[in-house]
Amino acid sequence: MADAVGAILLASVTLYAVLAGADFGGGLWDLLAGTTAQGRRPRHLIDESITPVWEGNHVWLVFDLVIFWTAFPHAFAAVMITLALPLWLALGGIVLRGAGFAFRKEVEQLSHQRLAGATFALSSLMTPFFMGTVVGAIASGAVPAVATTASLAAWTSPTALLAGFLFVAAGGFLAAVYLIAEARRRGDLKMESYFTLRGQAAAVVTGALSLATLFELQNSDKFFFDRLTGRALPLVVIAGVCGLAVLALLTIRRPIGTRVLAALAVAAVIWGWGVAQYPVILPGTGITLTNAGATEATLVAVVAVSIAAAVLVVPSFILLFVLQGRLMLGGGEHGAPPPDGPRPYYPYTGTPPPTHPGPPSPPTRPGQPSNQHPTSAVRAAVLGVALLTALARRLRTR
Amino acid sequence: MRLSDTVLLAAAPVQGNPVPYRAQMATTLGFHIILACLGIAFPSFVLLAEFVGLRRGNETAMRLARRWSQSMGVLIAVGAVTGTVLSFEMGLLWPGLMRTYGSVLGVPFGVEGLFFFLEAVFAGVYLWGWRRLPGWAHFWSGIPIAVSGIFGAMSVVAVNSWMNTPGGFTMKNGQITSFDFWQVYFPRAAIYEMPHMILAAYMVSGFLVAGIYAVGILRGRRDRYHYTGFALGFIPAAILTPFQVFVGDTAARAIASDQPVKFAAMEYVANTSRQVPEWLGGVYINGNIYAGIKIPYLDSLLVGFGPGTKVIGWNSVTPADRPPAVWLIHLAFDVMVGLGSLLLLHGLWALYTWWRARSWPGPQLFWWAGAVTGVAAVAAMEAGWVVTEVGRQPWVVYNLMTTTQAATTNGGIFASLTIVIILYAVLGAVTIWILLMLSRHWRHADSDETPVPYGLPPTSIAAEGPVGQVES
Repeated sequence: MADAVGAILLASVTLYAVLAGADFGGGLWDLLAGTTAQGRRPRHLIDESITPVWEGNHVWLVFDLVIFWTAFPHAFAAVMITLALPLWLALGGIVLRGAGFAFRKEVEQLSHQRLAGATFALSSLMTPFFMGTVVGAIASGAVPAVATTASLAAWTSPTALLAGFLFVAAGGFLAAVYLIAEARRRGDLKMESYFTLRGQAAAVVTGALSLATLFELQNSDKFFFDRLTGRALPLVVIAGVCGLAVLALLTIRRPIGTRVLAALAVAAVIWGWGVAQYPVILPGTGITLTNAGATEATLVAVVAVSIAAAVLVVPSFILLFVLQGRLMLGGGEHGAPPPDGPRPYYPYTGTPPPTHPGPPSPPTRPGQPSNQHPTSAVRAAVLGVALLTALARRLRTR
Repeated sequence: MRLSDTVLLAAAPVQGNPVPYRAQMATTLGFHIILACLGIAFPSFVLLAEFVGLRRGNETAMRLARRWSQSMGVLIAVGAVTGTVLSFEMGLLWPGLMRTYGSVLGVPFGVEGLFFFLEAVFAGVYLWGWRRLPGWAHFWSGIPIAVSGIFGAMSVVAVNSWMNTPGGFTMKNGQITSFDFWQVYFPRAAIYEMPHMILAAYMVSGFLVAGIYAVGILRGRRDRYHYTGFALGFIPAAILTPFQVFVGDTAARAIASDQPVKFAAMEYVANTSRQVPEWLGGVYINGNIYAGIKIPYLDSLLVGFGPGTKVIGWNSVTPADRPPAVWLIHLAFDVMVGLGSLLLLHGLWALYTWWRARSWPGPQLFWWAGAVTGVAAVAAMEAGWVVTEVGRQPWVVYNLMTTTQAATTNGGIFASLTIVIILYAVLGAVTIWILLMLSRHWRHADSDETPVPYGLPPTSIAAEGPVGQVES
């Protein structure tokens, strides 16, 4: 039963990452959209895509927290004490992001919109970064079984910091891939290529950060690295292949099924983490899924609540996403009336639309994906890879 | 040795003193609870307005529903994030509580999470589906928000009830060994706490709505729009008020037996005795009560319907187990009861005038009172939380775990408390400012449109075109 709850926890963490992670990534692209005039179109698209769904996506975090403290209270208390500072900072990001986003919609003066928008965009970086450091700290065994005081060293290790950057980049990657589809749905070719470029860059940076994290783990945490390249290897491979497939599809401008692949890549990383440290919750301690402080009856109750949630919540989310996919939402009190004429419509799952026939995507060539389409963004990304490899090498030699 | 002691003391300056932690919890909870009330009940008022609008073809009610829905969007967003703060604080401020009892009190929170999901998802559909969902389909998409608001509130209040009257589990050597869902979800206190809070949420929302339109009426905007807005908020809230008075009275009697020390603090009963007087107001200092009105026998009468009823005083437990600041608990209780009674009288006034003259009361006093009903309901609700939370001290889980044991061993509480107070002051001020701005906007432009952020005007979004010139 403890294993089932562990799987449920990991599943809802995954859903938080692939759904809300993209909302935070939207904030990243909002931040990088340039001046008010330049950034109009991308900011508008980001706003329209995030608006109806972000609160629902955000609830996964609350659900994660509740399952964590209910099923594994001893581990929860230790994490909450040891990693108090990054958790407070992530929380600050959540408050400012939500408030900034909601307020920007309502204020009318440009300066106020800018202020609220900047709050939204900057805080969208805080939350995934500090969440990432928390995950990195847990994975690297920096949380003791019985904690009495917060630790700075726990979440400022190279692994934890790399995980923080990785979370930010992965959010940006997901957001860009989702936004390509949103742009296509609206028939907005300009935004489609705008976010294709950014998706490529984010894919490269995310991949590089993942590799850097792996290298770092090989050095600092041999046990975890062996697990990752041992029993969790299939998941690591899936993550890599999916990521490269997305990059290849974006590069040949056939973004079909990319959303599923991108989400799979992120999900595989998270499950890789979970599988690698199973059955231990806090690596380096004796706290496992079975002895973290909850009775069997509690675990049964958690599973029951989760099943009820699956029965009630999943169809609701599907309804929300289908309505969002059909552009039924977002007019509201705020936005645009529906444009004239039929709109291109692609189902949320990203099955190939009939209007885009084409040869099946060519086999991906791992190793040199970025050479296929030498644009400025890709060039910048290559530079990023070089920098990160250098960084990883530095860290390895420490 | 001495130096290291000093360093330790500076790093953790409040070890053993839970007051700053409680202050932070009180600030964040006291702020969020207003938004929580609006999250639980305000959707029902929006739906009521939409129902009236659809069913009777009432354009005014429909316009109100659309406008309220826009405010609801802002309020739900701020409520969602401030609620998340509380989830984090359960662990960040009270890891001792969660470590021991997390597996018990977490389960009702899990149920709450389920309803929070439904609320957030359907809020996404309802708030953003105004234009493209057909009338009744749109109305029905809002029903799950109202229903899950009620069940979500029940689940959260279940946790608070459990802290007041814990049960449904067994413990051995500090480890939970068994767990019974129904006893944890419905502890004794839940029978009165759940309806008390849900009714409070409906009263706060209804009277706040009514108060806004009463202000408009006082300013001379005596039109159909303002009277409809006032009625849609005031009538349901005023109807619920007598039920709330009844539930509150029942709750007080139940607390006299469930948590006698809390009740003693509420009513200034130092020694267990019979023929206990009721104190209205008054400040308790060192055994003397100043500036209070004493009504002989009334407390005994209220507790057991007879002047001979025995009421347990706080001297029945050792000083360490008594709540601090009994004057605060007593005065908060009096504020809650007093404001509740005034709200009841205000509703009766409207009822009487309606019965005699089939119209709203004419006197300015009625509308002045109407303008402050919302603030009064909020104040009464906050006072009620002060009574139940301060009255439970020094316990976090009644008679089982003290707040000191629950608090985190980390320092830095004064830093986080300061940041929280500043951040929440700004957040509250901006939220109110935005709501006022929306209302001003509606009044002047008399239009429901607001431009999208940084956005193009509605018509040119799909079109390719020179960006930047479109606004001219």
